[in-house]
Parts: sequence; C-alpha cells; structure tokens
Amino acid sequence: MSEGFPQAARAALADTQLRRNLAGATATIRARRAAAVAECDDWQELRDAAEAIKTRTMARLPELLEMLETRVTEAGGTVHWARDAAEANAAVAAVAAAHGADEVIKVKSIATDEIGLNEALAARGVRAFETDLAELINQLGDDWSSHILVPAIHRNRSEIRRLFARTIAKGRPLTDAPEELAEAARVYLRERFLSVPMAVSGANFAIAETGAVCVVESEGNGRMCTTLPRVLVTVMGIEKLLPRWRDLEVFLQILPRSATGEPMSPYTSLWTGVHPGDGPEEFHLVILDNGRTDVLADELGRQALHCIRCSACLNVCPVYTRVGGHAYGSVYPGPIGAILTPQLKGLHAAPTLPFASTLCGACLEVCPVKIDIPSVLVHLRGRVVRETRGRVTREGVMMAAVAKAFGSRRRYERAQRLARLGHGPLADQVMGRWTAMRDLPEPPAQTFRSWWRERQG
Amino acid sequence: MITCLADTLFPRAGQATVTVLEHLGCDVVFPAEQTCCGQMHGNTGYRDDGLGLARRACRVFADAERVVCPSASCVGWLRETAPMLAAAAGDDALVAELRGLAPRMRELTELIIDDLGVEDVGASFPHTVTYHPTCHSLRGLHLGERPVRLLRAVRGLQLVPLPSAEECCGFGGTFALKNADVSMAMLADKVRCVGDSGAEVATAVDGSCLMQIGGALSRQRTGVRTMHLAEILAARE
Repeated sequence: MSEGFPQAARAALADTQLRRNLAGATATIRARRAAAVAECDDWQELRDAAEAIKTRTMARLPELLEMLETRVTEAGGTVHWARDAAEANAAVAAVAAAHGADEVIKVKSIATDEIGLNEALAARGVRAFETDLAELINQLGDDWSSHILVPAIHRNRSEIRRLFARTIAKGRPLTDAPEELAEAARVYLRERFLSVPMAVSGANFAIAETGAVCVVESEGNGRMCTTLPRVLVTVMGIEKLLPRWRDLEVFLQILPRSATGEPMSPYTSLWTGVHPGDGPEEFHLVILDNGRTDVLADELGRQALHCIRCSACLNVCPVYTRVGGHAYGSVYPGPIGAILTPQLKGLHAAPTLPFASTLCGACLEVCPVKIDIPSVLVHLRGRVVRETRGRVTREGVMMAAVAKAFGSRRRYERAQRLARLGHGPLADQVMGRWTAMRDLPEPPAQTFRSWWRERQG
Repeated sequence: MITCLADTLFPRAGQATVTVLEHLGCDVVFPAEQTCCGQMHGNTGYRDDGLGLARRACRVFADAERVVCPSASCVGWLRETAPMLAAAAGDDALVAELRGLAPRMRELTELIIDDLGVEDVGASFPHTVTYHPTCHSLRGLHLGERPVRLLRAVRGLQLVPLPSAEECCGFGGTFALKNADVSMAMLADKVRCVGDSGAEVATAVDGSCLMQIGGALSRQRTGVRTMHLAEILAARE
C-alpha cells in the first residue's frame, strides 16, 4: 500500500458520488440478505455446521489436498501446485503457451486478482478478457475491484453507460437502462465466448473426495467459460477445499443467501475432470498457497481462511459502507480484508488495516462461517505493535506513559489532576484530534473518587 | 467498578450508579485502588499493558461478591477479550484470574434485571428520550431489551425510537483518533438520526459512545443532550 488506510479513507469520504453509490447498493444487498436469512429456521445451525466443517478441513488440509489431487488426476485433469503468485501465473501461462493461445476468457475470480494473473499474462503476450459484467466494467475502465461480490459497486448506471459508449458500444445509442447496458456487454462477450479457446476460473469450492470443482455465479457468463472453450484452467486457494460432496449441502445454502440474498444462485456449475464430448477437453487445477500456510500457523488468525467470500461483512460494515473498497488497498476489502490482507501479504504491507474498524461486531453477526473478525482484529493489532514497529514510536511512548499512570493509584490520581488542567498523558491521549470535530465536556467540579471520598467522610 | 472515563470526566454517571444500587438495597463499595481495566491498551494493540491492567482489576475486585460496571465495553473487555488475548499470550495464570472474575462481573442493567429482578427502579424523568444500543452492549454482551425495559418503567419518560439504532456511532476507542475522518462520517449519520428521533435526551450504557455522540451534539448546538442510562434511572424529577 502506498499510503495508509486513514489517508485513503479521507479521500474516499470526500467523493460524494462514491458515497451515494455505495450507500444505496450496500443498503439494498443488506436488506435482501436479511430477508433471505430470515427464511431459514435453522440459520444458526447452518452457521455452526459451516464453521465446524471449515475447522475440521483446516486441521486435515495436507491430507485432503492430496486426496483432491488424486481424484482430479483420476478424472483426467492435471494438478499444478503453486507456492506463490509467480508459480501460479507461470503455470497458467505455460498452459496458454502449450495451446498457442494469445487470448483467454475469465470467470470472476479474486484469487487471480490476488496473484495479478492478467498483468502476468499480458507480459507474456496473452490478453485476458474478464467476462463477469462488473469485472468487465472495471477492466474497460482501467479500474479495480472495490467489493468482493460486486466489484463495480462504486459505479452507477450513468457512469457505466459513459464507459461503454467510449469502449465496447462506440457509436451505438445507449441509455442508462440496465437491459441496454447488459445487452451491450452481452454482444461484446458472446464473440469472445465463441472464439477464445481457453478459459481461466477461480473456485468457490473443491471437493476432496470426488475431485469436483464448484463455481457459483449469477450471470451465466461463468458457465460459458467453463463449458465452451477447449481448455479450462482453475486457480484455487488451498482453503477452498471441502472434504465431502455432502458438505455442499451446507455451503450452497449459506453462500447465496449471505452473498446476494437469494435461496440459490442462478448458476451453480460443478465439474470433475474432463468428459469426452462434454465441455473442455483439457482441465488444469492450480492449487495456490501464496501465504496461506503462514496464516494457518497463527492459531487465532487462521480462521480468516474459513472465509467463503460472500461479502456480507462488507455490506454491514459502517466503515466499508462509507469509504468503499479501494481505501483498503487490496483485492480483499472490508472487515475480512482487514484481517486477511495483513496476514497474506505480511503485517508490514498493511499495518493500518487491522485498525480500520471500530470493533462494532456487525461483521461477526452476519458471517455465515462465524469468523470472529473483531477478535482477530484485536489480535492482529497486537502483532502490528509488537512485530512491525521500531522500539520507540510517539504512540508507543504515550501508551506506555498512560499504562504507567494506570499502574498505581497514586500515579493515576496525579494524572487525573493533570488531565483536569489539560495536561499530562491522559489529556494528551483523549484530546489530540478529538476537538477538531467534537466538543469535550467541561472538566467536572470533582472526580467520582473525590466525591466518594467526601461522602465516606 | 467505575470506568476511568466516568471517574475523570463523567462522575455523574458513577454517582448515579451508586444511587440506583443503594436504592435497590445493595451494599456498594468503591475500592479506591481501581484505575483502568486496560481496554484501551488491549484494543489498540498494546496487549501486555492491557493485560497488566486487567490483572490489576482482577486483584482489586478479588473479594467482591458482584462487580458492577456502567460500561458494556469495559465489561466485555474483562469477560471476553482479555481472556482471549491472555490465552493467546500463553498467560494461563491470568486466564484463571479472569475466569474467576467473569461470573461475578455485571454490566449495570444485567445486575438490575438478572440479579435483582427489578424493572421499575423508582425513577421519574419527564423528558423525551431515545436509546442508542451501543455495539458492545448489543452485539458484545447481548443485553437485548434490558436497558429498554428499565427505561419503559421510568415515570414520565417518553421513549422514542432511534432510526438506524444498531449502527455504530463511530467511537471505537482510539479509532476515533486514528481514523478521525471515518469516525466523523459515522458520527454525522448518528447525530442526524438522534435529531430525527425528536428526543431531548440521547442515552446509552457506555460513557465513551455518549462522549462521542454528545461531543457532536454539543458542537453542532443541536439542543439535544446525552445522559448515561444510570443518570436517568437515578432521576427523581
């Protein structure tokens, strides 16, 4: 991140169009999710089950990943192990090169954004076309995702109409009507579906016991990509694994309801290896680590890997809904991004993100796999202070002084007296940037403890 | 346990807590050795300082039958967050001390409703009041309807709903200073909702959130004030 979250957020807060777009869109999805969840009498039981499945999976991950490799291979697929972004990108590029493909079409995938796949392919002369409508909007606008599920949530219809008018729908009349905008994208994308020989997808789930890969989406463009081209490459993080086929029973209920507020996603695609005459002739599965094993080593922080990318936490977060995704400086924004990004990329790369929260707990309340985001945030704040800062910082000195003052009754009472005069460690901590925007109460005539002392006589 | 914030800046909330408890027949003691529970340090990343102060609190209150505090966030810190951090730090002795404190520790409305079994504390407060459920009371301690039940029993009090009540006010401890701009954006919406409620008084069970909301209400000269719930429960107007 070139700048910290507070600075980026400050700029975002001043963007009135962004504020309006975000507030409207997140309120709509939030209401839809609440209604979809209210339909399920067993919602809390589903959450408990999802959490338990994820916890069990993480405990047996190496063994289950090897099972997945065996099943995918048996079904005619090829598995590639990638320790980091460079290895994953090289694996995808090698498949493209083997087929002489200079174009690929893509299913919406955050894992491929995480590893910078499009840029890596471009550097090797391969052009990647995003086919998810929102991803396409971002790609055409040379923009990037600001939401896990709704990557162009920061754009409204008028902005999209103007963008299409100068790119894929040049010279054609276009209004703000969603149908017209969708049609312009459809015309453009269908040509790609029918001509491009290779597709790249991410994965929502992969099933260890069968080797099946699952992608859930709303538009059907993902299914075009996973069925029409001759070659399909899927990039999945190691944490996307589920042990058993029947585990989907839980996750295919909680994901769509949490994500789009639907009982079921319009398109749920599942495929296992290759089948002659049906779908791609070649299937490659790239299994990506890219920092995830390090996250597993942190006993409290590792629950961040349970995330199924529903983005319910973004839509309820009072910080995200005001500043949007770009301020987080990562492909994973919002509360989940605030605990995932510093762990995946290293605390040094995103030291301000764990502090980008009031710990209000709205994220935990909606998380379908019960990730205790507030607790992980507090834990990571501690790691940032202990692991990334020099020995002496202004804040550290101040906090140490306050802790010392709180450490004994005598020092505390002295600090209270100073604070009432507007000096000393307590006053420094409390006043600071506070009074720029809010009043502080007049210091009371006496503290509680002096009142108590007098009262006791 | 009177929070360091109430002790220093909002003593009326502490005094009202004493008044209400004594009225309900409790034998109230204020151990003067208490300072701060460590929440600010712990939640800001200064884990060891925060846990040190939590340990201090455990010892100061070791002999109390019940430890009652008019702050949901301080109670949440000592009952939940501090034990989690102590366990992660491998400090089993502190985990044990905190486990000894937790079953005796109550937020004020928990003590009144759950332990004392009272809803009508005898208060009278003829004003229009709106209630802001703070994040730590709502999603942390799950206080539910407890504060509202107490308010409904207050004579003369007209309780009006707060729009978008469950949204955070933007305080978040040091968040209000580290991310002052986002904090203010959240606060602006909260203050607008307080205004829309038509209330004369906004109340809550956390002094820190009230300091945030009250700070903006005062700066904007809205003519609406904040009061800790304890102050309303102690009122005899």
